[in-house]
Amino acid sequence: MSGYAVEAKGLVKRFGKTKALDGVDLAVRQGTVLGVLGPNGAGKTTAVRVLTTLIRPDAGEAQVGGFDVRHDADRVRALIGLTGQYAAVDEDLTGFENLVLIGRLLELPRRDAKRRAGELLEQFDLSDAGRRSVKTYSGGMRRRLDLAASLVSRPEILFLDEPTTGLDPRSRGEVWTMVRNLVADGVTVLLTTQYLDEADRLANEIAVIDHGRVIASGTPSELKAKVGGQTLDVRPADPADLPAVSEIVGKAVGTVPSQRADDGGLLSVPVEDDDAFAVVVGRLREERIAVTELALRLASLDEVFLALTGHGAEEEN
Amino acid sequence: MVAIAHPVPARRINPVRALRHSFTLAWRAVVKIRHNPEQLLDVSLQPIIFLTMFVFLFGGAIAGMSRHQYLQFVLPGITVQTVVFASMGSGINLNTDITKGIFDRFRSLPIARSSPLTGLVLGDVVRYVVSMGILLAYGTLLGFRFHNGVLPVIGAVALVMAFALALCWVWVLLGLLVKTPQSLQGLGFVVGFPLTFGSNIFTQTVTLPGWLQAWVKVNPITALTDATRGLMLGTGPVATPAWHAIAWIVGIVVVFAPIAVTVYRRKS
Repeated sequence: MSGYAVEAKGLVKRFGKTKALDGVDLAVRQGTVLGVLGPNGAGKTTAVRVLTTLIRPDAGEAQVGGFDVRHDADRVRALIGLTGQYAAVDEDLTGFENLVLIGRLLELPRRDAKRRAGELLEQFDLSDAGRRSVKTYSGGMRRRLDLAASLVSRPEILFLDEPTTGLDPRSRGEVWTMVRNLVADGVTVLLTTQYLDEADRLANEIAVIDHGRVIASGTPSELKAKVGGQTLDVRPADPADLPAVSEIVGKAVGTVPSQRADDGGLLSVPVEDDDAFAVVVGRLREERIAVTELALRLASLDEVFLALTGHGAEEEN
Repeated sequence: MVAIAHPVPARRINPVRALRHSFTLAWRAVVKIRHNPEQLLDVSLQPIIFLTMFVFLFGGAIAGMSRHQYLQFVLPGITVQTVVFASMGSGINLNTDITKGIFDRFRSLPIARSSPLTGLVLGDVVRYVVSMGILLAYGTLLGFRFHNGVLPVIGAVALVMAFALALCWVWVLLGLLVKTPQSLQGLGFVVGFPLTFGSNIFTQTVTLPGWLQAWVKVNPITALTDATRGLMLGTGPVATPAWHAIAWIVGIVVVFAPIAVTVYRRKS
């Protein structure tokens, strides 16, 4: 084997006139996490559905665990686990029954299916709720049960399609911890997300996807380096000083800074030269402009996305 | 490869395994009923309401028979009507599973491709049995008598059940095609009413105007009702309508099951 648990080349999928996938290449190294990052409608879910054999690509090929998703779909299914965007569990059953059902479908003997269900409930902190109908579960509990359901078969390769969308911060953190634990156990994970911090925290490598194409890929730090490495943030104490500060920064750095869409009082600009910071500090003092924030930091993935696509990651929602 | 034991070997799907998967999924339907017995409310109340309404409210007016005679006449037909509406549930359940994403989970498992569909249909048998049991018990309470012995009654129930299972595939197909469970419910009534009311369930065909007779005579429900009536009451011909009904059952399965399975596969 190639050392890749998932390898896809030139995947194309059309739905009517729209090209959901327009030649997507993806590769996930054995035992690592690939974060597929993109806004809604970028093609992330379609890519996951192709790789998990739920839909057939119109063109291109994909191997999962070394097996072709088209011709060896059964073998692929035996290796993977899938957690979709919404918790795909039966609300009328209890958590325990949901997991036993999956175990039985996987042809585990009744006793083993029950034991495995018990183990997973324990592992996902659902033991107390296990005998309750899923209807009574909170969003976070459902998601954990859903994740547990995808692990009944002890998959080698796990696909998580937006596993934390709609979860509160605490539940997100719990899902992250679980993903890290799985990776520590040797599981390969392909995870889609529209949260940049999620990809940054969990993924070894990131593929940025937009309009059905992978527009950039690499490690989080490689991607950050792509947009100039560092970013200078300045926030004048008085918003009336914004034009003056913008001019000072623009001259020092060589690029006109931009105002953040969600925070008009903050000016940001990518910098390549560390000296620019000192120049800006000096000029602001000369002009006696007070600032409440002045920082040099690594670019966030948000800025990476903006730089790569020309639009923000979450604005198309 | 990372060395992780495969608890699930990638074996070929054979019919025995496919059947096992289907039964596991049918078990799911039974567990659901056990948790929420109110799921059976519609399939058990509806026949009671219909029987009461037709025997006591419309009976004399439509057929010009005594109440007791009309009960004998209408009950076999209401059995048929009951399962026609109950079979709609398969499509609604399927559509709910699809919209909730549970279907994707099943489809991503190494199980027979057809088992989520066949499991669903199998699970529905439970609802039909309950529904028919309640109807027959209530009918007996009102004074219905099986004049033809036990075996023919079992035959009648089996025939109605077979028809319901065949009809299931139509609903399953619709369940795959429509967007929401609600729209399927609407569609269900549009299909269900002409089928059941435009038949000889409630009145004898000869009493109807000519154009309606033409429809009633080609309606499969008419053949099925005739056969059921014949088997349960021991009056009238059985063989001809029974063969007609069986031909319909086979025909519906042969046409709709493959289309449903194809559409289901195409959903990919």
